Amino acid sequence: MSILVDKNTLVVVQGITGRQGIFHTEQMLDYGTQVVAGVRPGKGGEWATRNVPIFDTVKDAVAATGANTTFIIVPESSAPDAIIEAADAGIDLIVCITENIPALDMVKVRAYLDGTHARLIGPNCPGLITPGETKVGIMAGHIHTPGHVGIVSRSGTLTYEVVYALTARGIGQSTAIGIGGDPIIGTTFVDVLQMFEDDPATEQVILIGEIGGTDEQKAAAFIADHMTKPVTAFIAGQTAPPGRRMGHAGAIISGGEGTAAEKMAMLKAAGAQVARHPDEIAEMVARNIRD
Amino acid sequence: MNLHEYQSKRIFAKYGIPIPQGEVATTPAEARAIAERLGGSVVIKSQVLVGGRGKAGGIKVAKSTDDAAALASQILGMKIKGLTVKKVLIDEAATIAKEIYLGAVLDRAQRRVVLMASSEGGVEIEEVAKHTPEKIIKVAVHPFLGLRDYQAIELADGIGLPKEHLSAFVKIARALYQVYLESDATLAEINPLVITGDNRLIALDGKIVIDDSALFRHADLAELRDPDAEDASEREAREHDLNYINLDGEIGCMVNGAGLAMATMDIVKLYGGNPANFLDVGGGATAEKVAAALRVILHDTRVKAVLINIFGGITRCDEVARGILSAINSLDVKVPFVVRLVGTNEEEGRRILADANLLTATSLADAAQKAVAAAKGGNA
Repeated sequence: MSILVDKNTLVVVQGITGRQGIFHTEQMLDYGTQVVAGVRPGKGGEWATRNVPIFDTVKDAVAATGANTTFIIVPESSAPDAIIEAADAGIDLIVCITENIPALDMVKVRAYLDGTHARLIGPNCPGLITPGETKVGIMAGHIHTPGHVGIVSRSGTLTYEVVYALTARGIGQSTAIGIGGDPIIGTTFVDVLQMFEDDPATEQVILIGEIGGTDEQKAAAFIADHMTKPVTAFIAGQTAPPGRRMGHAGAIISGGEGTAAEKMAMLKAAGAQVARHPDEIAEMVARNIRD
Repeated sequence: MNLHEYQSKRIFAKYGIPIPQGEVATTPAEARAIAERLGGSVVIKSQVLVGGRGKAGGIKVAKSTDDAAALASQILGMKIKGLTVKKVLIDEAATIAKEIYLGAVLDRAQRRVVLMASSEGGVEIEEVAKHTPEKIIKVAVHPFLGLRDYQAIELADGIGLPKEHLSAFVKIARALYQVYLESDATLAEINPLVITGDNRLIALDGKIVIDDSALFRHADLAELRDPDAEDASEREAREHDLNYINLDGEIGCMVNGAGLAMATMDIVKLYGGNPANFLDVGGGATAEKVAAALRVILHDTRVKAVLINIFGGITRCDEVARGILSAINSLDVKVPFVVRLVGTNEEEGRRILADANLLTATSLADAAQKAVAAAKGGNA
C-alpha cells in the first residue's frame, strides 16, 4: 500500500533519448518500475534504451501502452508544453523533474491543469518512490526500504538524508514524494498530507519544508484540523538572509513573510513535532514507533 | 535579477507609462549638461541596487545647473550599503500633490499575477502591509484573460483615486501588467505613482525584478545585469552554474542540494558558528564542480574552516571523495576541512579522505561541531 504510485503504475518517459533521460530510464527499470514507453518527437517507431518503444506523442504512447503516469525530463524551454501534452493525452499523474521553468509559464500550466483531471508533481523535484514497488523519480532507489512512514518534501537531498537515516534504523517508508522547490508547483503539502491521512499503510508522516511562501503554514492548519497521524516536521533556512533566492526559486523570504521561525512556530502549535536539525527527524520518528 | 530605476523606467516608458524626463550621468559635467537641457530644477538620484537611497543621502534636489553639478559630484562615488554609486539619474523635478503605489507581483498562494494598489505611496509596500493592510487593494489576474479594465477600476476606486484620473490609471495598470508579462518579471512596481501639481499621473520611481529562470529568452534584459551588484565570488559561482550566496560568517559550506545546504547552514549556527555562505554544488558533485566551488569559497578571506556535506545517492561517496581530493590538491589550501559523506559507499569515501588527513564526520551534528571547533583553532 502506498499513495499515487505502486507496482502497477505504467510509466512513459518524456525526453527518453536525452543523456539524463536514458540514465534515469535505466535506473527506474533496474528498480522495477514499469517504463512502458518513451516520447521523442521525430523518433516515433524507434527503440530507446533497453528496447523501450519510442512514440512521437504522449497520445500515441498512451494508446499503444496504456501508460497512466509520465516522467518528464526535458529542457526548461519545452517542459511547459510537455506537461500540457501529457494532460491532454489523459495521463493521470505527471511527474516533472525539470528545473528552472519560468514562473509565468507555470502560472499558465497550473491554470490549464485545473481544468483537467491530471495531477502534477513538481516541477523542480526528485519525483516519488514507493519502496519495493516502483520509483518515478531520480532518487537513489536502494537507500529506501518498504514500511509505514510517509515523506513529503520540498527538497531532494535533504529527503535522501532523512530516508537514509530511517533505513539505517530499520524504519521503512510507504511513499516518499518530493513536491519541488519552485514557487508554483502542482501538488502541495496539504494535498499529500490528505493522501497520507487516507492511506492505511502510512502510520506517520514527515514533512520537510523550507523558507518562502505559505504552503507550510497551510499544512499546519491542515494538521491541526484534519490529521490524526503523527507528523514530524523540519524547515530548512533558519539562517537564510531575507530577499535572497536560496538555490530553489521558491526559497526566498520576501517582505518578512515565509521565514523558518514563523513556519516552525505554526507547525508546533498545530501539534507537529518540529526538529531543529535533520539528525533529529529520524530520532523523533523512532520515538513515535516505540511509544 | 534586479533592474536599476532608470532601466525600469525606460521599460515603463516603452509601454506608454508616463515617466519624468531624465537622463543618466556618470560625471558632474554630464549632470550639469543634462540639468541644463531639463531647465535647471532637477532631482539627482543615485543608481544602486539597494533600498533606502534617500535616507542614505543618495537622492537630492537641485535648484540650478551649478547645484546639479555639485550634488552629482557629492553623490557619484559615495557608498550606499557597501555599493559605490557609479551612475546618477537626473530627472526633471516634479511637484507632488499625492503619492500612490501600483505594483504587479506573483502571488504564490493564488498562483496568479496580482496587481496591488495603495493610497500610501512612497513608502515600502511591506511596511504598509504590516501596519495598515486594509490600505492595500489587490486583484488577481487570470493568465488566459489578462488584466480586465474592471479590475483596474476596482483598484482605482479602492484607493480613492479622484475620478478625473481614472482612465489614465487604467491605461497605466494595463501597461504595467504587459511590462510584467513581457519581461518575465517577478515584480514590477511604480512607487510612487504621483499625481503632480499640474494634475498628471507619472511614475516617479520604479523597480523591476526579472525571473532568473526566464533570462534565457530575454537576451536584451540579461545584458542589463549590473556586475557591481554581485560580489566577485558570486559572479564566479554563477559562471560555473553554482548556486552561491555570500554571507558574513567564518565557516565555508559546500553542500549538494539547496535544502540540505540551508539545513547545513542552520546547524552550523545552532552549534555556535556562522556560515560564510550558501553553496549548492548540484546533485552530481563532480570533481570539476567541487574544485570550482572550493575556489569560490576560499576566495573569502574570512573563511576559517570549510565544511563539506555531500549526500551520495546515485553519485557514490567514493567518487565524490576522489573529486574532493583532486580539488584540494589543485588549490593552495590553508584552512582546516571537515568532510561528511553520507550515502552510497560512504565507508569507502571516508577511508579515502582519512588517508588524506582530512577531518571526517558521520552525523551532521558531529560535522557542524567539528567545523565550529576547527574555525576557532581547536582540533575537535
